[in-house]
Amino acid sequence: MAIFALAFFAHAFETAWAVRTPQVADVTQGNLATKTLDYSRTERAARIATAMMILATVILFAGIVFRGISAGHAPWGNMYEFSITGTFALVVAYLFSLIKYDLRWLGLFISFAALLALGTAVTLLYRDSAPLVPALKSTWLVIHVAAAIISGGIFLLANIIAGAYLYLDSAESKGVRPFWALRIPSLETLDQLSYRLVAFVFPLWTFSVIAGAIWAESAWGRYWGWDPKETWAFITWVAYAAYLHARVTIGWRGRRAAWLCIFAGSTFLFNYVYVNVWGTGKHTYSGLNE
Amino acid sequence: MRTALILLMMLGIAAIPGSLVPQRTTNPIAVRDFIANNPNLAQWYERFSLFDVYASPWFSAIYILLFISLIGCVLPRSVEHFHAMRALPPATPRNLNRLEFYQQIQCEADALDPAAKWFKENRFRVRREDGNISAEKGYLRESGNLFFHLSLILILVGVGFGSLFGMRGEAIVNVGERFISMPTSYDSISYGKLNQGSTLSPFTIEVDNFVAQYNPKTNAPIDYTLSVRTEFEGVKKSETVKVNSPLTFGSTRVYLQANGYSPIVTVRDENGQVVFQGPVTFLPQDGNLRSIGSIKVPDTTPQIGFVSSLLPTYARSQDDGGVSVYPELLDPKLLFSVWSGDLGLDSGVPQSVYRIDTTGMTNLGLGSLKLGETFNYPGGSITLERIIPWVNLQIVQDPGKGFALAGAIAAIAGLISSLYGRRRRIWIRQNGVQVEVAALAKNNAPGLEEEVQRFIRAIEESK
Repeated sequence: MAIFALAFFAHAFETAWAVRTPQVADVTQGNLATKTLDYSRTERAARIATAMMILATVILFAGIVFRGISAGHAPWGNMYEFSITGTFALVVAYLFSLIKYDLRWLGLFISFAALLALGTAVTLLYRDSAPLVPALKSTWLVIHVAAAIISGGIFLLANIIAGAYLYLDSAESKGVRPFWALRIPSLETLDQLSYRLVAFVFPLWTFSVIAGAIWAESAWGRYWGWDPKETWAFITWVAYAAYLHARVTIGWRGRRAAWLCIFAGSTFLFNYVYVNVWGTGKHTYSGLNE
Repeated sequence: MRTALILLMMLGIAAIPGSLVPQRTTNPIAVRDFIANNPNLAQWYERFSLFDVYASPWFSAIYILLFISLIGCVLPRSVEHFHAMRALPPATPRNLNRLEFYQQIQCEADALDPAAKWFKENRFRVRREDGNISAEKGYLRESGNLFFHLSLILILVGVGFGSLFGMRGEAIVNVGERFISMPTSYDSISYGKLNQGSTLSPFTIEVDNFVAQYNPKTNAPIDYTLSVRTEFEGVKKSETVKVNSPLTFGSTRVYLQANGYSPIVTVRDENGQVVFQGPVTFLPQDGNLRSIGSIKVPDTTPQIGFVSSLLPTYARSQDDGGVSVYPELLDPKLLFSVWSGDLGLDSGVPQSVYRIDTTGMTNLGLGSLKLGETFNYPGGSITLERIIPWVNLQIVQDPGKGFALAGAIAAIAGLISSLYGRRRRIWIRQNGVQVEVAALAKNNAPGLEEEVQRFIRAIEESK
């Protein structure tokens, strides 16, 4: 029964996200229609879009909670559960940045990324909720995985912003921005924002790696064993450390910094996808091989 | 600085191959298969230590150079920072109007005293001169930064100390048996390079009971519980070991690593004399604990061996013959082939306890046994008495992990204060009624503008 309810919820998020995307598309079409930089007409569409985003986030949160109740533990035991929680972290990070920066233009990309992640989760990764294997039974599951997922969501957001930076930078160097991107903040703001997101979440990522090490010490008898997941977590850590140093100490800005940020983010994604699904080692909890 | 950064990137890149090529330390079986399948490529891999990346000379070279370079960066900066913290903030520049957030206000009364008061309340470091004040705050940023890098060195010291003076070993213990921590009772044991082998923690573990629970739907394990009685330094205790809660004896910890079954068999010769009796450890092959093993009877002439597999819950499958469909002992069956001849135990060549090399031996037949049954073969008989579980204990002594943990906690604290700390200076100069204020933020930290506004409001309110 619970499983049916879950499938239903999973579809509910999907629908909610699908509704969300045309709303954002309205914004861009509004621009196309007016082209006179009169945003009053699109303002309402943008607001509806943000409201839909919040609603979808709430539903997603409810879905995660139900998943947790049905499984009887924090819902971070397999890749389906990681994916939905990671998406949640991404969207929440976006909504929080929205308070301070006018990022609504990013909504299109964010909702697309979220849809993609949820779609993959529901179709390819879905598994019935199940009890945890003994090694996962620990308070550290909540601490370590929550820290990792939140970091992942924010890294991903920083990546999307860095990507937007690169795209707009090349557009601007050729001439003007495309009409639909006129509202996006200046390149400097994007640059600063992606740096601040990374600087904000880097200690959390460090903590997540260390919490993992403490847990590994009590579950596997060593705190660091160069397991593929650990290795890639380390590589991600080094890449972001290099990014922070490049910015703060050497003074990298703009394109080079954005590329480095995207590189670091892709090591995180590689770790998530490759090691979980095809990798060998102690972290392969995707639940796909059963 | 730049060197350290390049070395850091190199370390990240150097770590990649180890996650793509199987490693001896984490997956020795995959390494063996790889060498068997690609002998030529493996030779080249071997030359660049690609099967032991994290212990290879080139990997060690990178991180040792990195840490030398790090120490070279951090120590001079620490000294410099220490002096900067004791010194006064730099004097007020002559032309404040060239700086950020420059503002002019009119102030009849003395503005410097309330300014000094505000600086003190907000814990700025202050240098007061005739007609001007220079204030600085946010030294924690640099302190945190240095603290973080020093902590990394502490972590490395902890890791090094642990691997030089540590020890790790494994032992398989049947339920009902006792394990005494002595070098001879370990199945495998390895010491750190500087560990003399005399530091084994003297403890005793008596395994009373082991319970494994499985999910009847997915056959996946739900919980393992091991009940033991321990004795360490004269203290006797009854304890429970789980996967996430190991036993602790000083700096040594004992982990529950794996489990399986040991059938207890009795082998008799043709006169009914018992020639072998006892539990034989079988090695699990899959999630349903289909296990293989060999029962070796060396004291008969000729010697007898049973190449066997144990199926905890027996079923037949079209393709594979006998299989196990559940990891618990619901309907156990022991399948075996009986061989007579030379087991090769005295040849001096080390051999697996789970396998028998049957070349040169004679097959006496195939058999299968349920609990309590006896099988007769030409020259003797074998009886399956009972089946008991065994557990694999991993014993790890790591005297360095305390340092590593302390380093890790300090690193996070340092990181937080260095990434969230904001270093900034505020200047104020009064010339008659003319008051000038300016500020400067290092690293473009946000929020200084609001702070300057608050500062000015505080001065104006004090009038």
